Amino acid sequence: MSATAVHSLWTTAADPIDKIDAPKIEYGQLAPTLIIIGAAVLGVLIEAFVPRKFRYYVQLFVSVVALAAAFAAVVALAAGDYGTTKARIAAMGAIAVDGPALFLQGTILLAGLVAIFTFAERRLDPVAHGNRVDSFVAQAGSVPGSAGEQAATKAGFTTTEVFPLALFAIGGMLVFPAANDLLTLFIALEVFSLPLYLLCALARRKRLMSQEAAVKYFLLGAFASAFTLFGIALIYGYAGSVSYGTVAKVVDGTVTTVDPALAGTMGNDALLLIGGAMIVMGLLFKVGAVPFHMWTPDVYQGAPTPVTGFMAAATKVAAFGALLRLLYVVLPGLRWDWRPVMMGVAVITMLGGAIVAITQTDIKRLLAYSSIAHAGFILAGVIATTEEGISSVLFYLAAYSFVTIGAFAVVTLVRDAGGEATHLSKWAGLGRRSPLVAAVFAVFLLAFAGIPLTSGFSGKFAVFKAAADGGAGALVVVGVISSAIAAFFYIRVIVLMFFSEPKTDGPTVAVPSPLTMTAIGIGVAVTLVLGVAPQYFLDLAGDAGVFVR
Amino acid sequence: MNTENLIALLVAAPLLGAAVLLCGGRRLDRVGHWIGTLLSALSFVIGLVLFTDMLGKGAEERSLHQHLFSWIPVEGFQADVAFQLDQLSMTFVLLISGVGTLIHLYSIGYMEHDERRRRFFGYLNLFLAAMLLLVLADNYLLLYVGWEGVGLASYLLIGFWQHKPSAATAAKKAFLVNRVGDMGLSIAIMLMFTTFGTFAFGPVLESTGETSEGKLTAIGLMLLLAACGKSAQVPLQSWLGDAMEGPTPVSALIHAATMVTAGVYLIVRSGEIFNAAPDAQLAVTVVGAVTLLFGAIVGCAKDDIKKALAGSTMSQIGYMILAAGLGPIGYVFAIMHLVTHGFFKAGLFLGAGSVMHGMNDEVDMRKYGGLRKYMPVTFVTFGLGYLAIIGFPGLSGFFSKDKIIEAAFAKGGTEGWILGSVALLGAAITAYYMTRVMLLTFFGEKRWQPDADGNAPHPHESPRSMTIPMILLAVGSVFAGGFFSIGDRFMHWLEPVTHHDHGDSPLSAATVTGATMVVLVVGVTLAWFQYGRRPVPVVAPRGSLLTRAARKDLLQDDFNHVVLVRGGEHLTRSLVYVDHTLVDGVVNGTAASVGGLSGRLRKLQNGYARSYAVSMFGGAAVLIVATLLMRAV
Repeated sequence: MSATAVHSLWTTAADPIDKIDAPKIEYGQLAPTLIIIGAAVLGVLIEAFVPRKFRYYVQLFVSVVALAAAFAAVVALAAGDYGTTKARIAAMGAIAVDGPALFLQGTILLAGLVAIFTFAERRLDPVAHGNRVDSFVAQAGSVPGSAGEQAATKAGFTTTEVFPLALFAIGGMLVFPAANDLLTLFIALEVFSLPLYLLCALARRKRLMSQEAAVKYFLLGAFASAFTLFGIALIYGYAGSVSYGTVAKVVDGTVTTVDPALAGTMGNDALLLIGGAMIVMGLLFKVGAVPFHMWTPDVYQGAPTPVTGFMAAATKVAAFGALLRLLYVVLPGLRWDWRPVMMGVAVITMLGGAIVAITQTDIKRLLAYSSIAHAGFILAGVIATTEEGISSVLFYLAAYSFVTIGAFAVVTLVRDAGGEATHLSKWAGLGRRSPLVAAVFAVFLLAFAGIPLTSGFSGKFAVFKAAADGGAGALVVVGVISSAIAAFFYIRVIVLMFFSEPKTDGPTVAVPSPLTMTAIGIGVAVTLVLGVAPQYFLDLAGDAGVFVR
Repeated sequence: MNTENLIALLVAAPLLGAAVLLCGGRRLDRVGHWIGTLLSALSFVIGLVLFTDMLGKGAEERSLHQHLFSWIPVEGFQADVAFQLDQLSMTFVLLISGVGTLIHLYSIGYMEHDERRRRFFGYLNLFLAAMLLLVLADNYLLLYVGWEGVGLASYLLIGFWQHKPSAATAAKKAFLVNRVGDMGLSIAIMLMFTTFGTFAFGPVLESTGETSEGKLTAIGLMLLLAACGKSAQVPLQSWLGDAMEGPTPVSALIHAATMVTAGVYLIVRSGEIFNAAPDAQLAVTVVGAVTLLFGAIVGCAKDDIKKALAGSTMSQIGYMILAAGLGPIGYVFAIMHLVTHGFFKAGLFLGAGSVMHGMNDEVDMRKYGGLRKYMPVTFVTFGLGYLAIIGFPGLSGFFSKDKIIEAAFAKGGTEGWILGSVALLGAAITAYYMTRVMLLTFFGEKRWQPDADGNAPHPHESPRSMTIPMILLAVGSVFAGGFFSIGDRFMHWLEPVTHHDHGDSPLSAATVTGATMVVLVVGVTLAWFQYGRRPVPVVAPRGSLLTRAARKDLLQDDFNHVVLVRGGEHLTRSLVYVDHTLVDGVVNGTAASVGGLSGRLRKLQNGYARSYAVSMFGGAAVLIVATLLMRAV
């Protein structure tokens, strides 16, 4: 960059400003996000002003109403053809309102609603000092094992802040796949990540482990964010803009000059390639792709299980949505550069997740590795680079998120004196003692394994078909092999539950409130409906498969 | 209302019965048998309505079609649930629902003391539905559904008294042997699909002219295999004798009158295929000829009344298959014999059941004797059936069997002579073994004794619900043949479907009839000398080598055991060896190496955030370098 160029930057900024145009905001089209963020802010006020006794109820009510209202807003937008013919870019080019965005927002909101039910569950832990308690610590600030912690428990404190935190996270997630410029993308990333770091630290039991998980997640997340931000800077250097549309045009070569001040770096492909790779890396971190996956097992294991379920489902949806938009809208011109690299990532993700899962002994870690393998399967659909690829990924994400939340909800039910009994050996013979719970979990495992008549099969079939049609046949072969390996550990759990003798000191299955029952019930229903009669939803995802540019 | 819309009801009525009876639970125990019988009768009445309607139409317009729904509508693979009712199907519909209804009625009395009677009627209804579906289907795939359905019903009913190990084994045997035949049918259907691109009767049978003979022969042989399984023809005959473990009404309906004739239906229905494949046709006649002797010989040696009748069934179906193998010369007579046989064999079985009913379920004929005084109705009806089956002049069997023998000679050439002679010889043996059954059961000294518990049988006539069906069937046994033959009524009725050809017989009809009469008299006289003139020992004498072999069904089970079971065991064992060493070796090896890899990779996950960060950093570096490399390449 020459000296004059730098100077011109200063002078541009220093020019007298006559007037600032008020930004034009399409409130109606942004309603889903606005409702959620508004409710989250309201939640903070509730923490400040509502008496402790009522907070839980008020927070739960506000969250559920906000999620339902936001979902209704998404449905209304979709019904108003904003997903297809009226798709547009709103908020001065910052947010896209189109088919994929609405589909993913709908999925995130429903998953969030189901997850909120599991957050609110208060019948599983034994009653402490006459107070019903949930999965979250009484007072987050108290030192684990200290007198302060005991006092807080005795006083019946509960961390009802989890509700606004979850809403903030959901708000960020709604923006993430819809973000239409790189800065919005980054801000959304941070808005949904920070509450998640906090939520991870809030487990009532095994608090040290929970806090360790949160710190790890935070450190590594910050590290990944740094990469993303640096990548954004490099892209700006290359294109002179952070807007998706403009960057794409510069990549195509249809626009050559944007900002005279950047004449020295504009069009430097090294910046583009390195910057693109770094942003993609940040997103791959969020979806848990190998080799950026290592936080996943530790965090999934340490976080309170409802949070794990929420994170595993909703984060993945949001991050894959953002990845899709980035690769399909911003970087389609670089397809021949990123496709082989992403194929490599998909292969090691599928195989790595499946292989390492085999030797896991903890159910939450097992599901974490399973989620890594699934990230690989979804990447196969992303790599298809066709409209079919987009819709197959959308369908897979919707199918996967409900199975995941349901499965983690079942994990919360199996308990012994130390809280949740997550060691696999304790699950032996569960099918004899609690056939219903074991059968439900078996349904989820079969769905993870991709057995026909479950949503897992429909989803896997869709992404593999898209990948094969998109010219990534080799990837499908690896995918099928990984599925075979993965089937081993899923089925092993089923065998363990149904064909092993129950242990005498085995865990008990707690009877949950209707909240968790609803969450699990929705999970089973979605799994079976998407497995048996997926066509309607495939069509829905198919109609939503076009990005606005 | 168009009459073709009634066709589906033929199947639906008994199907409804089966569903209601099998799902209805104990509430229906008291009325279940009536529900079953009424729905069966409803099916018969609908059949009669359709029949009357059909008679009112010209011969060319008699074929009705009903398209119910598209079963598997896939591009390039169209499977429909559609029915075809022509003269051939109509004949079967009336036989199946008519005889079926009579046997339902009979079973009310016969199964009175069985606490699972409702279930029995449910199975009978299921059988009727499947059998009607089989004969009404307008394509081979739907026919296959019915084919498997009757197989299922047969399995359930043979094993109905599953508490008896022999019944359970017999059911399993029937099922397994039938699988072999069913495999033949499924292969035939697949061949049809690859050859013709469809399996609907119309297109398949019309385009036989444009297809190579080799393919048609293959399809024909596979259809013959199917027919052998279902109709108990050599070499798949071994299950029928054991199937007599089922309740006697089942033996009468399924294993004499209807289901076992499905093979004949299949061959006659596929006539165009066989007409165009002479080799397959020859195979059909050979199977028929061999089986008619085989069954007759087995029938001579059995002391169990039902097994003797089973041998006879096998032999009579052999006649039908033989006739069906003769082509257009024989199709009509195959079906005619099938119908008359349906009457007299069902009647004979019901008679046997009536005898057993009165004799504490004793089946050994050597322990009967002189029953004519105790069971006059059974004696008369059984006697009329007997006269019919041996071909006594004027009765049903005389007309239908005589025609088959004539047709066999009319085949012409050496083949004609051989087949004709075999058919004649069979007639002699038939006369012999049936006379033996008659004499052992109803004539001579009474030979029954108290059983081990001291219960002496008190032979008595069976209740009205059992005798009425027997009487009705006896009427059919006497008059059906004459009714069909006078003025060649049956031939004209079926001709539009099966066509007919008189052939070129070297012998005049009178000569054949004369010869038949001679062998009939020889057979009866021989039996009289052996069983009528001198007292019958209660314990069977050792007998000649042939007798002993025939008692053991001509060693068919030993043959199957040595060749198929042992052979199969050896094959399995060697496959298991290969599986254990080679396949499992590879599989376990792979699994072990994946597991080992997993264990090693797992160690990378050491819990330190710093190593995770390094991994991410390395990953990012690789990602960037790889992306740059892609551009460079």
